[in-house]
Amino acid sequence: MLERSFLWFILCLTLVWRGVAIADDRAANLYERADPATSNGEIDRIVFAELSALGIQPVTCSDAVFVRRAYLDVIGTLPTADEALQFIEDPDVKNKRAALIDRLLDRPEFADYWSMKWGDVLRIKAEFPINLWPNAAQAYHRWVRASIVENKRYDQFAREMLTSSGSNFRVGPVNFYRAMQNKTPEGIASSVALTFMGTRTESWPEERLTGMAVFFSQVGYKPTAEWKEEVVFWDPLDASTLPDSAAPGQAAVVTSLPSSQGTDDARESIAKPAKTYKRSAAVFPDGTKASLRPDRDPREVFADWLITAENPWFTRSIANRVWAWLMGRGIVHEPDDIREDNPPNNPELMAFLEQALIASDYDLKQLYRLILNSATYQMSSLPLADQSEAPWARYPLRRLDAEVLIDAVNQITGTVDLYTSPIPEPFTYIPKDQPAIALADGSITSPFLALFGRSARATGMENERNNRPVASQWLHMLNSGHLQTKLERGPALKAVLVSSRNPTVIAERLYLTILSRRPTDAELKAVASYVGSTPLKRNEAAIDLAWALINSPEFLYRH
Amino acid sequence: MNTNHPSATATRISRRDSLQRGVCGAAGVLAAHQLGSQFVSAKPANTTPRFGAKSASAKSVIQVFLWGGMSHNDTWDPKPEMGREYMGEFGDVLSTNVVGMQIGGLFPELAKQADKYSLIRSMTHGINGHETAAYLMQTGHSAGERLAYPSIGAVFSLFKGQDYTGMIPPYVVLTKPQGRFSEEGFLGPKYKPFATGGDPAAARFEVEGIVARGITDQRQSARRDFLDKINTMGRLMDGHPQLAAAEEAKAQAYELILGQGKEVFDLSKEKPALRDRYGRHTFGQDCLVARRLVESGVPYVVINYPGGWDTHKNHFATMRRQCPELDQGLAMLLQDLHDRGLLDSTVVWCCGEFGRGPKVDWQPPWNGGRNHYGKVFSALLAGGGFSGGHVVGSSDDKAEEVADRPVYPADLLGSIYQLAGIDANAELPHPLGLEAHVLPTESEDAPSAGRLTEIM
Repeated sequence: MLERSFLWFILCLTLVWRGVAIADDRAANLYERADPATSNGEIDRIVFAELSALGIQPVTCSDAVFVRRAYLDVIGTLPTADEALQFIEDPDVKNKRAALIDRLLDRPEFADYWSMKWGDVLRIKAEFPINLWPNAAQAYHRWVRASIVENKRYDQFAREMLTSSGSNFRVGPVNFYRAMQNKTPEGIASSVALTFMGTRTESWPEERLTGMAVFFSQVGYKPTAEWKEEVVFWDPLDASTLPDSAAPGQAAVVTSLPSSQGTDDARESIAKPAKTYKRSAAVFPDGTKASLRPDRDPREVFADWLITAENPWFTRSIANRVWAWLMGRGIVHEPDDIREDNPPNNPELMAFLEQALIASDYDLKQLYRLILNSATYQMSSLPLADQSEAPWARYPLRRLDAEVLIDAVNQITGTVDLYTSPIPEPFTYIPKDQPAIALADGSITSPFLALFGRSARATGMENERNNRPVASQWLHMLNSGHLQTKLERGPALKAVLVSSRNPTVIAERLYLTILSRRPTDAELKAVASYVGSTPLKRNEAAIDLAWALINSPEFLYRH
Repeated sequence: MNTNHPSATATRISRRDSLQRGVCGAAGVLAAHQLGSQFVSAKPANTTPRFGAKSASAKSVIQVFLWGGMSHNDTWDPKPEMGREYMGEFGDVLSTNVVGMQIGGLFPELAKQADKYSLIRSMTHGINGHETAAYLMQTGHSAGERLAYPSIGAVFSLFKGQDYTGMIPPYVVLTKPQGRFSEEGFLGPKYKPFATGGDPAAARFEVEGIVARGITDQRQSARRDFLDKINTMGRLMDGHPQLAAAEEAKAQAYELILGQGKEVFDLSKEKPALRDRYGRHTFGQDCLVARRLVESGVPYVVINYPGGWDTHKNHFATMRRQCPELDQGLAMLLQDLHDRGLLDSTVVWCCGEFGRGPKVDWQPPWNGGRNHYGKVFSALLAGGGFSGGHVVGSSDDKAEEVADRPVYPADLLGSIYQLAGIDANAELPHPLGLEAHVLPTESEDAPSAGRLTEIM
């Protein structure tokens, strides 16, 4: 008797196991294409060769996964239900992905989203510990965004920042020199190296930084009559450190600040003992000695060295950054830690991207297009059967950035968030419907953005953005008044809930709105069973479905 | 070191780890206190000498932060003989229950409790910017280079969190965070304070994320099961290290949502008369919640004063409105902690990021305001091993300069750390392996005039 029931138990287990397996097969088709991935260009040739050596068969993601991934990665914005459906149902299987990529690269949100990413790297923040002041942060952001809209050559973009002079309010790129905590020549050199060479000077031999600092030893800062306006200029005579000079410079910066505005701070940060930098001591980071003429701004000499195709850091740094931004991980990782003992995990791939960027005259959009169209970018994110860690075998799972996450929730529910700055100035009025990805200034924020790890923009390092999960984030997602109010009162969500009397139709619409795909039969059954068993009103049950979808990893993660 | 390859070992360990947790969960043996301690499962650097852990008198800290900077003249360092030019509308002083100790006339309740606290009248750092001064007061470090130091609360969370077994996160802020300078610095979001939101003086204290409006426990559980049922992608990715980490954090969150954690915030469990004595205003009830948190073992609680002290304008009216609430809540907190035998193990400290200009600014547009003043200001310090009834240091006759015994931020924080058994020289784990210590080390040459041994 005992034995029989044991056998019966085993039989049941087997049946259950098979049931799960079948359901999973079907579910996999939701996320993956059935036909094997085919190589689409040089990136794939290089990556597939490595995968095939490891015996890994690459798998492409489904159209539903792709449309969501492309929107989130390219414009930091969730596709609407209609946009997702339109793409999924487009019969032009051969060309529709490339066409979508082109459309997204031209959307205005492309500029918003990538200005946000650059804002982290370029430290666009009004106050603490970077002190751009609100008006200058806006000017800096406007310039960055305009450069992205016109798809400015990247080498030009970098050169303009390094060589500009003028008012922080009027000439956006001069704020590069203001957006750093340490404005000594060494400090500036260190920021330049991090930003444009993707390398941390902490790992450099000391003399390399000293040699590079000379190029930035003639950067002057002086105030104007307008409150908080500051001019960044080439100051070969070091006038800004002399008292009573025509370019009053630092001394005047100190006295111009009202006593309530951190005079002592300012004094402390700029009253560094003047160290002399000899022109003859200028050495490029590759070891080449520079000859600086007295009549030329040394920043220009440095910029011209930096942006040549032969520069071992410049092209690699930006090609690797773009790859990391789209693929979740640098070929050199972390993407701002290029050094000899941290080589690329696929040197051939790294070299190819660098050459492609040079060949396109530093056209970043072209680089995005190249990567986005590769089968490598379009791979499935489901884990490999053998769980091995082959690089680029899978599209990596990543939690949505704080700004992208709240924008997606707001889009789904038709609600807005309030963004404010603690700095009492009139430039921080934020239109109610402005998405978080379009916020210019890191000082303009909300508790949600802080909780979900938005970059503090203090150092410009990539890892300042923190997407690791912590319990308090879950408290917020699962159970906060903030989210619950959006779910209960959001007009866009309400519109979906009243659009039909048929719960299946409502469920389909919610799936498309939140997960950018249709539900499976199994999911519809689970929904029907929840609606059937709960004492809640139908509307409340539908809100619970929206709540559950928003709290599922499929929503919270890029996949 | 080559950091370019994901560590297969680390991945495997975390998978095995999560597997074990899964087994435990299924067997239902995962005790709540274990979950709670995972809030702070990261260990500080191994090199940390855990000196004095046994002798540590302070188990918890309640910090009342007077954001904006409270005037010292008008409160705890009055200079009545200086007249209207310096004292404006507040010339009165009160004698306290400690002979020879006087405080400003707006603090009658605190005057009755002076034996329980000491006043530092020679706090100084010279910084007049809110953010930089607040950062210095909360970290002990000057706002400087690439390192963004964690606040004292995050440091407590790191060191004291190891032995803390409660379900509430170890570093709680009532009710709103003040921004970066009250937070986790380079330690990362795990050490961010838990900000309650809501208003404890309201009919129901809705703690953001824990006590939600209109969602019953039953619906909460049903939702949770429903989410598991339709989690199609999550099931296909079962064991993915990133999702496993997220699930672990989620389980901790549910301990608070559906477990007993939320009861600590339920002020209806207190006698109405006691609630009245704390004051039926946000600050008063903040103080009561803080006491309940400390009772349940939370190592660090910050009350960010509900309302600012940045009184450039409208100074005297603001002081008349806010000081009585501060007086009532803080005095009752000290009394109540004392009555429950908690004061000896709980440090209470209260001050702003700086003081305010001792000389009243009668010019327009201030019209009788006080501006930022970091050169000298006051702090109140009680419990946890600090003796009460003393005045440490003094300002000059105009309250403009330190006259005697300067106390720098690192001296104050260092004294609190010492009483809590935290080594101020201990290394903090920096994500890039950079050298960082709890407080500036001797070689960093930060201003210091020594710990507050006179009251320790």
